[in-house]
Amino acid sequence: MAASRTERPEPAPARMRPRDVLRVGAAGLRTRPLRAFLSALGVAIGIAATVGVVGVSSSSGAELDRTLSALGTNLLTVSSGRTLLGEEAEMPPDAEAMIERIGPVESASAVGRVDGAQVYRSEEIPEEQTGGISVYAARADLLAAVGATVRSGVWLDGATLRHPAVVLGATAARRLGVGAAGPDVQVVVGGERFTVVGVLDPVPLAAELDAAALVGWPVAEEVLDFDGHPTILYTRCEEARLEAVREVLAATASPEAPNEVEVSRPSDALAAKQAAGRAFTGLLLGVGGVALLVGGVGVANTMVVSVLERRAEIGLRRSLGATRGQIRTQFLAESLLLSALGGAGGVLLGAAATTGYALQAGWPVVVPAWATAGGLAATLAIGALAGLYPAVRAARLSPTEALAAP
Amino acid sequence: MTPPTVSLVDVSRTYPGGVTALAGVSLEIARGELIAIAGPSGSGKSTLLNVIGTLDRPTSGTVRIDGYDVPALSDRGLSALRATTIGFVFQHFHLADRVTALDNVAGGLLYSGLGRAERRRRAAAALERVGLGHRLDHEPHELSGGERQRVAIARAVAGDPPLLLADEPTGALDSVSGAGVMELLHDLNASGTTIVIITHDREIAASLPRRVGMRDGRIVSDSAADPSHPSHPSDLTRSNQPTRPTDPSEPTDPSDPTGSTDSGDSGGRPAAGAVPGSEAA
Repeated sequence: MAASRTERPEPAPARMRPRDVLRVGAAGLRTRPLRAFLSALGVAIGIAATVGVVGVSSSSGAELDRTLSALGTNLLTVSSGRTLLGEEAEMPPDAEAMIERIGPVESASAVGRVDGAQVYRSEEIPEEQTGGISVYAARADLLAAVGATVRSGVWLDGATLRHPAVVLGATAARRLGVGAAGPDVQVVVGGERFTVVGVLDPVPLAAELDAAALVGWPVAEEVLDFDGHPTILYTRCEEARLEAVREVLAATASPEAPNEVEVSRPSDALAAKQAAGRAFTGLLLGVGGVALLVGGVGVANTMVVSVLERRAEIGLRRSLGATRGQIRTQFLAESLLLSALGGAGGVLLGAAATTGYALQAGWPVVVPAWATAGGLAATLAIGALAGLYPAVRAARLSPTEALAAP
Repeated sequence: MTPPTVSLVDVSRTYPGGVTALAGVSLEIARGELIAIAGPSGSGKSTLLNVIGTLDRPTSGTVRIDGYDVPALSDRGLSALRATTIGFVFQHFHLADRVTALDNVAGGLLYSGLGRAERRRRAAAALERVGLGHRLDHEPHELSGGERQRVAIARAVAGDPPLLLADEPTGALDSVSGAGVMELLHDLNASGTTIVIITHDREIAASLPRRVGMRDGRIVSDSAADPSHPSHPSDLTRSNQPTRPTDPSEPTDPSDPTGSTDSGDSGGRPAAGAVPGSEAA
């Protein structure tokens, strides 16, 4: 017997190189490609959903920013509200001129509702079918003030302001069945025939003009009994002094009853609409998160089954000298790889969906980097969580038990 | 004098529930031996192999493998010991499907700390050594049973471990392939590797220089323990000829080779747990 030998120091296991860890993890997936693909698909769908939702909402936000920067955010509108007694308030006829005297105001324009005037396609239309179209008297500089564009025909000019000519808003034109402006296209406004000289594009900053028939201020006064009181004033002012202008606007437009007018900034309304959309995006994001969770459960399931099926392999690796830690690392690596594959596929899918949707809607394509990075980080977290339990179980398996498995 | 590769003193292994797989086994295997451990199913020979292979820890007793005190080592230490010192060959090969022979063998060196290129180089050399130099790129399903077991042996010896443990290496093979595998193991032993083979094939046990018989968790015979008993296969073969079946014996066969050898021993049945003199081997 040679029991008197001195103790040898405990042998230390060799470290596995990161590339080998990766290779071993990938080998586990390669042997069952269909299963790996399906469980990666679960994660991919979750990631694609979240990236797509964020991408589409970001793209629509970018579109709004583009619209606003084209239209300008320096537009303030003053509209007449109601008196304390509930009657319709009136702004004085010289309100527009007074506003133009405020220093930072660059331009001002106005429309005035022509009360009682209705618009019909022809005299044959029954009187009660008004189509909900309002008739407004408009100044020549209205178009520039609200940032509207003419889709067909021309805007009112010095001559047509005084003649029975009308420019229709986009909605009004559709309701009247007017496709394009022309010298022979006529509609009946307040009982008189007016020639449609132009049709507008939708006006994002002054949506009230979409359902309006716009006629010249002078012709409205002469032919349609317009009282000359402006209903809505459109004011462009220096962006930096906008708040200051806003404070004095009501008092300037209606010195006698400043509380009877409402001052608003249409670009704010658009932004608010966008914010409301964002809340909906949050909801969709939650749905995407749930999908991601389900995908994670799929990965965990795959890993648990994999550990059960591969007991013999685990036993073999232990007999070849793998430590518990190395077995744990192998299955964790496999799980991480699986969900990373799903995550990468999901990001690509989500980006593709965003691109398709945005291009089809004519928006700029925006896939935020934070969404991509966040999606990938989420998949890695999911992979780690899903793989942890199976990996620990695999590592705890005793080598003899594992080898005894068929 | 070099220390024995394997040294077990009074080793017991009981499982929860009171099953005793090993009951006071003492065994010493010197460097360079080629030894068969034979016995019926449930005799404890697989447990003995697991203990020698450090895959299982004894309930009591001393186990020294290559000079290391096994019960004193941590799980990490045992893993490292297996990676450097012990090669395993299994009855059912345990080869990875859809992986070439070369990569199967190279995978056996994964925990040795060698780089991939070196692992593949050594794997190619090991496959050359087992006579499969022309089958490097073949996957297990493209190989015969005998070739698969050769790949498994190549994997076990690729890291040049001093100790090779084979659990029924021919159990799943036809006799011609089995003979080829045994020839390979003899060659490996001739080049210096200590080899322990578990088998219940009498012919195979008989062909090895040293035979240890097991029953009920004890060593009931050791051809090296009794100098009067010649370490010659003809003994076993002769004594078993009348009852030897063509197939591997039934586990409960009363004419078990180890048992009948014992009864023929002039020195009588060695006491179970007796320390065999390894010098005699």
